[in-house]
Amino acid sequence: MNKIANKQVINDVLLEESAKDKDIVVLCSDSRGSAGMKSYAEQRPEQFVEVGIAEQNLVGISAGLAACGKKPFAVSPASFLSTRSMEQAKVDVAYSNTNVKLIGISGGVSYGALGMTHHSATDIATMGSMPNMRVYLPSDRFQTEALIRSVLKDEKPAYIRIGRNAVEDVYEEGNVPFELDKATLVKDGTDVTIIACGELVGDAKAAAEELAGKGISVRVLDMYCVKPIDKDAIIKAAKETKLIVTVEEHTMYGGMGSMVAQITAANAPVKVINLTLPDAPVVTGKSREIFKYYGLDAEGIVKTVTEQL
Amino acid sequence: MNLEAKALDIRKDIIKLIYSAGCGHIGGDLSVTDILVDLYYKQMNVDPNKMDDPNRDRFVLSKGHSVEALYCVLADRGFFDKKELFDTYSKYLSKYIGHPNNKINGVEMNTGSLGHGLSVAVGMAMAGKMDKRDYRVYAVMGDGEMAEGSNWEAITAGAHYGLDNLTAFVDRNRLQISGTTEEVMTADEQEERWAAFGWNVISIPGNNIDAIDNAVELAKHTKGKPTVIIANTTKGCGVSFIENKAAWHHKVPTEAEYQQALKELDERRAQL
Repeated sequence: MNKIANKQVINDVLLEESAKDKDIVVLCSDSRGSAGMKSYAEQRPEQFVEVGIAEQNLVGISAGLAACGKKPFAVSPASFLSTRSMEQAKVDVAYSNTNVKLIGISGGVSYGALGMTHHSATDIATMGSMPNMRVYLPSDRFQTEALIRSVLKDEKPAYIRIGRNAVEDVYEEGNVPFELDKATLVKDGTDVTIIACGELVGDAKAAAEELAGKGISVRVLDMYCVKPIDKDAIIKAAKETKLIVTVEEHTMYGGMGSMVAQITAANAPVKVINLTLPDAPVVTGKSREIFKYYGLDAEGIVKTVTEQL
Repeated sequence: MNLEAKALDIRKDIIKLIYSAGCGHIGGDLSVTDILVDLYYKQMNVDPNKMDDPNRDRFVLSKGHSVEALYCVLADRGFFDKKELFDTYSKYLSKYIGHPNNKINGVEMNTGSLGHGLSVAVGMAMAGKMDKRDYRVYAVMGDGEMAEGSNWEAITAGAHYGLDNLTAFVDRNRLQISGTTEEVMTADEQEERWAAFGWNVISIPGNNIDAIDNAVELAKHTKGKPTVIIANTTKGCGVSFIENKAAWHHKVPTEAEYQQALKELDERRAQL
């Protein structure tokens, strides 16, 4: 079991890169501990800004820094970053087109039993609806590293959501296929396509392996690039497989699955089933328990595919 | 340069721009004009042809609805073509939108939703400190805008980080769209509020260019804390029938009112 959380990888990459690039600045909202940014904050005090529990100010200040040539990473719980400071993200970052990278930590239902105030199951909808804003949900630590190294090279806004705890590896060290804004083909198949993003890609992969044992050939697409979404990969899957099942840690309207359905409907109609969190407050539990309850884990995905095919 | 004459000329441009476009926030434009004139014609180090100079001073119009005043000043200072502004402002497909937009030369940041500009200015001032540059950052806010809670996050942070390269203005014209600030949401004791948060506070008659200029000079010489200039202004300043009337927040003059406003401004200019 991998013990390195995606947030730890972000800390490590930024720590490394900030030694060479003095314009990198990390900002936290009393969140350096939960963000896994402690060692960065300790080792780069001159490139670290604490704003206190003030998410609106966190994003506004980040935009001001970016307007003066800095490369700010605003790291804060996804729940607050994607809603409390949503207007700053809209106006100061997206509309003003400033080079701010918003890192939503402990995303989705990572906070488990802490409940709906702390869940961020609407962030794809809020952030993805803004012109200029890109939305990424990397699946594992290796892809997180590739993604952060890639966005460090551009000067455009982005929202990146990661979870709280370590997740199983989808890829392996030294073999991490990654092209920015292109879905990663985790496994090819001809009967069904499962399109997943974020930390449920691992479940999609496990489900595909189990389904293979039942004679069902499953393609798995890692749609970490929720926006701009990889339209070509979706249309190709719609034409080449009989069913698409999307899996995401997000509510049912306005998420990645909605986008997939929108694209297939217009270009290559095929049956699309969205596995999501409900349009209702979620049950209490650890994130794995919540996934199981709503059928988002490998077992639930296998069940849906078997029933729908 | 005679800045008082310039301020009257800019006011005439504002009236003309709003009259020809058929829209605009005339009251707040006329209250903030003198602040913009002092900054853009005397105090700020900005060159229309060098807006990529990292050492330039930064300006953020947090009360973005006063955009006509900003556009008239920027056009007059050569940041863009005045004729293009007057021909297209607020019209179909124009780049001159009814709130500041950073695609326009001279505009640093998009504003319009209130309570954003000061946080952005705090970030700009922080960047200056990090890079050891000596540019200064100015933000202009409305007094009605001070009801936005996000401002107080920015005010707290500005003082916490001792951003003495940052100067904020509050355009204290005592009126907002629904009535007086005191009726809508108490805004009095701005001086005490900012001082309690740790800012250097200067309170001035805000349509007096000498007073504005002196206050900006004082701010430049204040170390260890940011400065706020509470500019006690008159909404609609310069045109008798617009002054101190909440109804003129975004009213457009009739032809007779338009002629009367220009006549009054010409008379004031002749008296200088």
